[in-house]
Amino acid sequence: MALTDALLMTSLSDPGMVRDLNEDSIELRPESGIVVLADGMGGYNAGEVASGMATSMVADGMRDAWSADALQGLDRDAAIALSQSLLQQQVLAANAAIFEQAQKEASFEGMGTTLVGCVFYDNFLTVGHAGDSRLYRLRGSDFEQITKDHSLLQEQIDAGMISKEDAHLSNNRNFITRAIGVAAEEQAEIHTYEVEPEDLYLVCTDGLYGMVTDEEIHMTLMTLKANLDLAAEQLIASANDAGGTDNVSLVLVRVTKDFARAA
Amino acid sequence: MAKLILSFDGAMIKTVELNKDRTTIGRRPENDIQVDNLAVSGQHAVVTTVLNDSVIEDMHSTNGTMVNGKLVQKHLLQQGDIIEIGKHTIKYVVENTTAKPYQDFAKTMVIRKPDAAGMTAAVADVAPPAPARPAAPPPQAAVTREAGLQILSGSNAGRVLDLNKSLTTLGKAGHQVAVFTRRPVGFFVTHVEGDVFPLVNGEAIGTQARQLNDQDTIEIAGTKMSFFYKS
Repeated sequence: MALTDALLMTSLSDPGMVRDLNEDSIELRPESGIVVLADGMGGYNAGEVASGMATSMVADGMRDAWSADALQGLDRDAAIALSQSLLQQQVLAANAAIFEQAQKEASFEGMGTTLVGCVFYDNFLTVGHAGDSRLYRLRGSDFEQITKDHSLLQEQIDAGMISKEDAHLSNNRNFITRAIGVAAEEQAEIHTYEVEPEDLYLVCTDGLYGMVTDEEIHMTLMTLKANLDLAAEQLIASANDAGGTDNVSLVLVRVTKDFARAA
Repeated sequence: MAKLILSFDGAMIKTVELNKDRTTIGRRPENDIQVDNLAVSGQHAVVTTVLNDSVIEDMHSTNGTMVNGKLVQKHLLQQGDIIEIGKHTIKYVVENTTAKPYQDFAKTMVIRKPDAAGMTAAVADVAPPAPARPAAPPPQAAVTREAGLQILSGSNAGRVLDLNKSLTTLGKAGHQVAVFTRRPVGFFVTHVEGDVFPLVNGEAIGTQARQLNDQDTIEIAGTKMSFFYKS
């Protein structure tokens, strides 16, 4: 069964109401169950270059490596282990390439990017991330943040300095503690989760959750999950109506049915 | 840089910059901010600062720590907060947060740290490590007027449905569903699912959101209704 029969995907990106440039990038490879989103940073167009390199390298690299040949003869646990190691390899390669580019060209100095990379296969989802772009899951009526930000604010929350409820009042919301392309070596944090039919996944940049509360995102997805394109447009409109001070990008993936690999 | 301004009876006594991880407040002389008053405990409160955030925590003082008139155990300080300790007040002031365009200071920065203590080490971006995004999302551009739907046909004819949520869906799941969205610029109706599109003033709206005007007539799943502004 083709993955595209079980996974409905849509994506949308908007520069927001204040910024001229859109430094976010999204790459989807639906036939391989791959979703990659990145939020770049750096002067001039460097952020766009970093996020663009990261998403295309990880999406294409993963698609090529994650082949029927590579999966031949592997049981489910082995496939999960392979998905994790291959995803990490793509992230390492993208990190090295962006870092090298930044060293070579003065205008790219210090560029980097967040990253969320997802691979759906055999009723599981492997996700790797770096920085403060997020993966959320709506399952039934439960809306949950799956990835944990690599950010100073998250560390302050973990340390008990700031409560989760007060997080939106913090002035440290733009400091991330991990990014791709900023240092010679950096890796993603990688986990694998079980996927169920009717799950709805949201991958997004901080331009969304920084402007729109989790409750509002939850309500929008619950209300509009029958129409992914409309849900995506509505979320972007909400972010822009709230000020739209950042680029806003998101991917929605709805699981329409079981996609267990044929035995 | 943020600072604390200690005053007594409206007279300023001292200003202390929050340039240390921990700034202590209390009656004993070893405190960074010494408040020499019997209502103040020896070790009364401590302010912990990490980059642009400062949190005040009461150190189990006898008479407690108030911020803006409320007793607090732990509180993330915001521009202009007034801390009351005994009869002294301490104002929290952040400098350089005046109206700059967002893009100047909303840049994401990476802080790389060998260990938790070295958090302020290196900043890998072009923007200065100044206060970041606005502390809260800016207020919405316009306040939406109140509006509702007067149901004109079907079993609910005569009823009024308030459009007081940001999203209100109407219709039958799997058959025809439309959503009314309330935005700062006004109200919109959009098709969500089904083969038949909502009608606005007798005309199918297609897949695009349609902004509603006062007294527009809408038909969804066979039910007619009229949109109206309440004022």
